[in-house]
Amino acid sequence: MTNYAIEVRDLRVARGGRAVLHDLTFEVPHGSVVGLLGPSGCGKTTLMRAVVGVQIVQSGTVTVLGRPAGHRDLRRRVGYATQSPAVYADLTVRENLRYFAAVLGADRGDADRVAEEVGLGGARDQVAASLSGGQLNRASLAVALLGRPELLVFDEPTVGLDPVLRGELWELFHELAGRGTTLLVSSHVMDEAARCERLLLMREGLIIADDTPDALRERTGADDLEQAFLKVIEQRGKVAA
Amino acid sequence: MSPAITLATARRILTQLRHDHRTLGLIVGVPTLLMILLRYVLDRPQAFDRYGPMLLAIFPFTVMFIVTSIATLRERTSGTLERLMTMPLGRLDLLLGYALAFGLTALVQVGVVSAVALTWLGLDLRGSVWTLLALTLFAALLGVALGLLASAFARTEFQAVQFMPAFVLPQLLLAGLFVPRDQMSTALRWIADALPLSYLVEAMRELTGQAGLTGTLLRDTAVVAGCTVLGLLLGAATLRRRTP
Ligand SMILES: Nc1ncnc2c1ncn2[C@@H]1O[C@H](COP(=O)(O)OP(=O)(O)OP(=O)(O)O)[C@@H](O)[C@H]1O
Ligand SMILES: [Mg+2]
Repeated sequence: MTNYAIEVRDLRVARGGRAVLHDLTFEVPHGSVVGLLGPSGCGKTTLMRAVVGVQIVQSGTVTVLGRPAGHRDLRRRVGYATQSPAVYADLTVRENLRYFAAVLGADRGDADRVAEEVGLGGARDQVAASLSGGQLNRASLAVALLGRPELLVFDEPTVGLDPVLRGELWELFHELAGRGTTLLVSSHVMDEAARCERLLLMREGLIIADDTPDALRERTGADDLEQAFLKVIEQRGKVAA
Repeated sequence: MSPAITLATARRILTQLRHDHRTLGLIVGVPTLLMILLRYVLDRPQAFDRYGPMLLAIFPFTVMFIVTSIATLRERTSGTLERLMTMPLGRLDLLLGYALAFGLTALVQVGVVSAVALTWLGLDLRGSVWTLLALTLFAALLGVALGLLASAFARTEFQAVQFMPAFVLPQLLLAGLFVPRDQMSTALRWIADALPLSYLVEAMRELTGQAGLTGTLLRDTAVVAGCTVLGLLLGAATLRRRTP
């Protein structure tokens, strides 16, 4: 057993004939909330797909909870919410959750629990197609919580949510981490970065910083993380020059 | 593979259908209407006795082909397939779930259409009704299997809809419905012999003309069943856990 929930070594991925991830190496400790931040198109989704084992990779290794990513033993232990909500539009929230719970072998009560956790208790009998964008997003998130997986991989879970709901979801993430769950959460809103225990800053398929928010601010002398991110890019430019 | 997951998947697909009353109505209503139309267009009971049973098999095949290819394509494009592929669902669980759900739907469809054909329209059948039902169920499952397979080659729903005429119409022309297979040129005959629908039509013709289970009927049914299994296995091979 390793000390890390996720261990990535020299991961290289090409999509559409173009290199998208360039030999990434990093790890994610157990029981923490790790933010994956970076501009649109930098490879966040690709990296998350590699972690859950649905991405064809060129080379390198991805070890998740001590097993190669995508290993059959991981299929109940890792929960993944894709960037665009993946639920059946013609089923109600409850029917969706019950189905995925059955696939995961979770008990029926679990469907109601996760609906409450994402604040969809009142919309349980609504057909997914009739949900608002933010509600649909949360329905998709709820599926990933079924069966209490040890690792949660959330691709931009808070897009389209108001500040109150966003705050509530981040509280839920920390509560889950408090119970020992590891969370890898992507975002491109910098104000969410401050809520993570660790940050992975990505740019053009490279990880340009892997640190705690405080250390990052200190190292760059910036007040907020947005500034810090820009400073990191600037410093790298100087090193390269 | 897990029976519990297969059954849950079949139940989920049936629930989706139940929410979509119009599709359900069309699945049962359209073939019934076409059957009635055929009866009065032909206007001769002998001709209806000849073509009616064949259409009884072709309806479930065609309808299930379309419904399945669109449904699985949707599953691929909506991200639910990717989600399922990260879960402990076997590829066969998904395919058999579809086969089970649409097989049951086809049974309802065929039940209604044959009831109308055999009573109101006065279809005369030498063979047994049960053989007819079994054969049409096989036809539906063949449609499901080929639909699953076809959906792997479609990127959009527009393409998937086009696969219906591409997959189904040539088979219909070659199946011996219009011109008996032994009157076709050798090359066409070879193609026709390789297509599963030809055996389905032959089996239906056998059923109309003969009482009891003949050797030809059994052989044809076995060919159709074999193609169904082959289609499902090929379909399973097109479902990938890892994608580019
Ligand atoms: N299926 C694909 N085929 C070819 N190229 C792809 C494919 N999917 C993504 N890419 C490319 O890979 C790169 C990384 O994409 P990815 O989706 O990982 O970015 P992202 O960081 O998640 O962006 P966003 O924040 O906009 O979601 C992009 O340049 C994108 O154009
Ligand atoms: Mg993305």
